[in-house]
Amino acid sequence: MARDRLADAKDYYDVIVIGSGLAGMTGANKLAKAGRSVLLLEQHYNFGGMATWFKRPGGHIFDISLHGFPVGMIKSCRKYWTQEIADSIVQLKGVRFDNPQFSFQTTFDRVDFTSKLVDHFGIAPQTVEDFFNAARAMDFYDDQAMTTRELFEKFFPGRTDVVRFLMEPIAYANGSTLDDPAITYGIVFSNFMSKGVYIFRGGTDKLIFMMKNALKQNGVDLRHSVCVDRICVEGGRVTGIEANGRTIACGAVLSNANIKTTIEKMVGEDKFKDDFIAEAKAVRLNNSSCQVYMGIRKGETLDNIGDLLFTSVDPEFDSVRLCAKDVTSRTFSMYYPDIRPGSDRYAIVSSTNANWDDWAYLSDEDYANEKEHLIKTTLDALEKYIPDVRSKINHVEAATPKTFHHYTLQAQGATFGTKFEGLQVSMDLPKQIGGLFHAGSVGIIMSGWLGAINYGVIVANEVDSFMHTSEPSHSKERAAS
Amino acid sequence: MGDLNVKKIILDIISIVAPDADLSDVKSDVRLRDQLEMDSMDFLDIVMELRKRYKIEVPKEDYPKLASLDSCVEYLSPKFAALTPA
Repeated sequence: MARDRLADAKDYYDVIVIGSGLAGMTGANKLAKAGRSVLLLEQHYNFGGMATWFKRPGGHIFDISLHGFPVGMIKSCRKYWTQEIADSIVQLKGVRFDNPQFSFQTTFDRVDFTSKLVDHFGIAPQTVEDFFNAARAMDFYDDQAMTTRELFEKFFPGRTDVVRFLMEPIAYANGSTLDDPAITYGIVFSNFMSKGVYIFRGGTDKLIFMMKNALKQNGVDLRHSVCVDRICVEGGRVTGIEANGRTIACGAVLSNANIKTTIEKMVGEDKFKDDFIAEAKAVRLNNSSCQVYMGIRKGETLDNIGDLLFTSVDPEFDSVRLCAKDVTSRTFSMYYPDIRPGSDRYAIVSSTNANWDDWAYLSDEDYANEKEHLIKTTLDALEKYIPDVRSKINHVEAATPKTFHHYTLQAQGATFGTKFEGLQVSMDLPKQIGGLFHAGSVGIIMSGWLGAINYGVIVANEVDSFMHTSEPSHSKERAAS
Repeated sequence: MGDLNVKKIILDIISIVAPDADLSDVKSDVRLRDQLEMDSMDFLDIVMELRKRYKIEVPKEDYPKLASLDSCVEYLSPKFAALTPA
């Protein structure tokens, strides 16, 4: 029988965090630092959620989502994690575009984007300035009626090339489309434009290792391979969780599971008001992803062809085409040895956006064939940038929306969480059930590594406030008993 | 508690949540955001520190009252005074 990972867990914690994505881990860390007793439960054997990696025989290691995040991560990691983690964050300066409309390299920041827009695309400097300022000024409380499509049409009417330049990388970063509210674009785009694209030197494995150590030092009780069956609610208030046939009491639950899974499966619809359930059911999940992992044989080297390559042979940017199964628009993340100091290995990860429905219902045979096709077309596309790349690769495999679902239990493998409306449902959860909180990839703006970390902190503050105001003496009594 | 003390407490917290901020010449009547590199996350951190250190709760609707040092003093002084044992 499998070992009971909860065997020596306590009977009560101030806060139980369900899921160890970056939002869950950061929320747990912040609450522990605020003096709360915290239990963090993860269903997988690795912590990190989508911030993850895997190893394969032959010394291969692949990062899933490391490439790349905005500069704000340095500040957030220093404040909510450790100086050491913040110090390992470095800039990726080689971002390349190659498609039928344009081909060049950029440092992916406002200065360089301005010069590309003015010199390459011939846009008036004042228009560029106005566009950046409009994107920068957007915030959550703005009018949400304007779509990203309308934003682009306002500043760059008819310019499909400019739309592709400005939109394609963000669509890869957060799964947003031209029809999503413009603020979902403006906030994320402005974060990147501040100072470019960054990664964590040392790899995702090292980052998660350092975060786990910080959590332990701050007293968080960490448990992996524990799947929560139920969040217990009595009299409109959270009382604990059920897992491994055991009930553990708590003052509050912070769920880092998918928002819909939290409501429908862990709590149960009968515990909420009907209109809230209707609202939660109407939340659309965002699209998922496919990835192809290519490991370079030991001893082989690659020339530096840039860090991130946004490539496509599609004539124009198209949100629908971007998720299609025969997509040609893909990002190549190049992992050179300096990403893991001391290593001499190279790896390439190709990412494309994808739809759950295109992959979930295939027969086993069709599914295997489609994965082979994905690998073949990816390698074909890569040949353009690395001639004879097949001879350098000795491990290749693909992940689909089903793969992401399998490992993260994220509904429909939704690697980018939910569409915009998910954020309101997430924020309204505590108004429905006392002590029930959610943080995770919702509303597009809270997705990505930086969004997840900051949302984890925002919600940790709500949890801490709830614990403080509801029963200030509760935790002390429990701790003493 | 005197105004100076509340100011000192707030500056002390800012020096921790926003270590890059230059606190040598902070003007009391100017919004903190307008003179220091602070974002909304930094203000959230101030709220959490006040709760942790002094058990003072600042409800969300009162966040704007932390805008400047002067407004902090005005808003927080009664709260600090209520903490002092009679």
